[in-house]
Amino acid sequence: MHLLTLHELPFALEPMEARLLVETTPAGFPSPAQDDMEEPIDLAAWLIDNPAASYVMRVSGHSMTGAGIYDGDLVVVSRAVEARVGDIVVALVDGERTMKRLRRRDGRFWLVPEAEGFKPIPVGETTEIWGVVVALARRCRR
Amino acid sequence: MSVIALIDCNNYYVSCERAFDDSLVGVPVVVASNNDGCAIARSNEAKALGVRMGDPIHLIRGRLDKHGVKVLSSNYALYGDMQRRVVAAVEEFAGDVEIYSIDETFLDLAPFGDRDLVAHANAMRHQVRRWTTIPTCVGIAPTKTLAKLANAAAKKNPLFDGVADLRDPLLRDWVLDRFPVADVWGVGRATAAKLGQLGVATAGQLRDLQLKQARALGTVVLERLVAELQGVPASAVEVVEPQRKGMAVTRSFGVPATDRETLMGAVAQYAMRAGEKLRSHELVAGQLTVFFHTNRFKTDAPQHQGARRMRLRPMTSDSMELLAAARRGVEAAWRDGHAYTKAGVMLDDLVAAELRPRTLFEGDLERRDRLMSALDEVNGRFGRFTAVPAAQGFERGWRMRAENRSPAYTTRIAEVPLVKV
Repeated sequence: MHLLTLHELPFALEPMEARLLVETTPAGFPSPAQDDMEEPIDLAAWLIDNPAASYVMRVSGHSMTGAGIYDGDLVVVSRAVEARVGDIVVALVDGERTMKRLRRRDGRFWLVPEAEGFKPIPVGETTEIWGVVVALARRCRR
Repeated sequence: MSVIALIDCNNYYVSCERAFDDSLVGVPVVVASNNDGCAIARSNEAKALGVRMGDPIHLIRGRLDKHGVKVLSSNYALYGDMQRRVVAAVEEFAGDVEIYSIDETFLDLAPFGDRDLVAHANAMRHQVRRWTTIPTCVGIAPTKTLAKLANAAAKKNPLFDGVADLRDPLLRDWVLDRFPVADVWGVGRATAAKLGQLGVATAGQLRDLQLKQARALGTVVLERLVAELQGVPASAVEVVEPQRKGMAVTRSFGVPATDRETLMGAVAQYAMRAGEKLRSHELVAGQLTVFFHTNRFKTDAPQHQGARRMRLRPMTSDSMELLAAARRGVEAAWRDGHAYTKAGVMLDDLVAAELRPRTLFEGDLERRDRLMSALDEVNGRFGRFTAVPAAQGFERGWRMRAENRSPAYTTRIAEVPLVKV
């Protein structure tokens, strides 16, 4: 009679690469959550689809408050996506960096502010659409 | 047939600066080395004014001021991040990429060999330009040496319009016959002089040298170089089974490190020590991991564990190389606002030094070996860390001079570009 039997291990014994400094070997009971561990939420990854083509910029001014974008906000600007009418874009107007809504009116393109007291800028020869605003980030409390 | 491309960023440091500062576009710009010493990058406008590579800034100050040249301190946080973006932009265009320097990347184009490679390269340049604003040139050829040469041709000769495909033997010969031998990648000044005496003045003449003659004249490096010019890749990588064993130097600090240079000073010591260990066992390493973390038991303080794994190619036991890799790791993983209490350097992928896979163009290794032995001897005789590289720091509180450095536009939240609204 066999009191002890040897089973074949149901998994391959391969050297495992342990993650540096993150995993510890607990001496007590194994955590019941261990098998269902997930990565913590990564907001940057959610805000930024293509990090290699995305740039974070800080908003300075009040001409886009109608779009919910305020002074001090951070915006993610992508150079990988094509600018479409209706997008909020970052543009270089005579060498100056600005952010407005891209519109089409009377057969031409305009950079349109969304707040009282600011004027639309026609897209001209010296205007360069630098990137498209794809995300917005703001902290309410530091 | 192998197809290698080299993509090279034009005036790289200046192009990085211009991406975020439009006032630098169309005007002469010079980027100065650490401590604002010498010109290490020039815009085309600055080149046209006669500013040369390596010119000491203080000696040409008058000329710079007269022409309104903008002089910037080097901003490696920015250049390093932009490089990451450039490499990401080219990846889908290549079977494999090998980063050669901060602004040059080799690509294996063999998987795309049946396409119009000039169009392929232009699509790649377009993607880099779009994602990063940085202009590039591409050289295409059967070997790395020829790809490097093709790239230089693409840059210098407007005929190529940014892409030189030298797979065609006739075109290749035409370029090689007009290419000065001293400008061939891997030909040093001494070798160029020796070749000159033999009447070898162009890359074409060097290619026509007998392999035996090249070996007698220079070293095995020159022989491989001639082979590469003939279109034979010198991928003389011996396949060795590495001993997968690692070693580590790690320690806790007496006083927590809250600034990057203090941490770097500590990590530099560990890297030096690890190099010593490696050399005493006559090993070289293929991988270096640098890590550092805050005090885990101080739960009220901000916590962070930083770690980066760096590949070492060629495999090395050179403390300077280890140090450079460790620095890149620290710079990549560092986070402001934390008090780090422990750090370490680990080396793995170790093989015996004499079995080390060789790569072409690794520079003067013998001299480096002699330097390292001298270093070990001095430190052995007079006590550890008598002789140290400057990065290790002699005293804390040392700061680099960088009076006109642009912000870390892409790597620090507090320094991102402003957009006026």
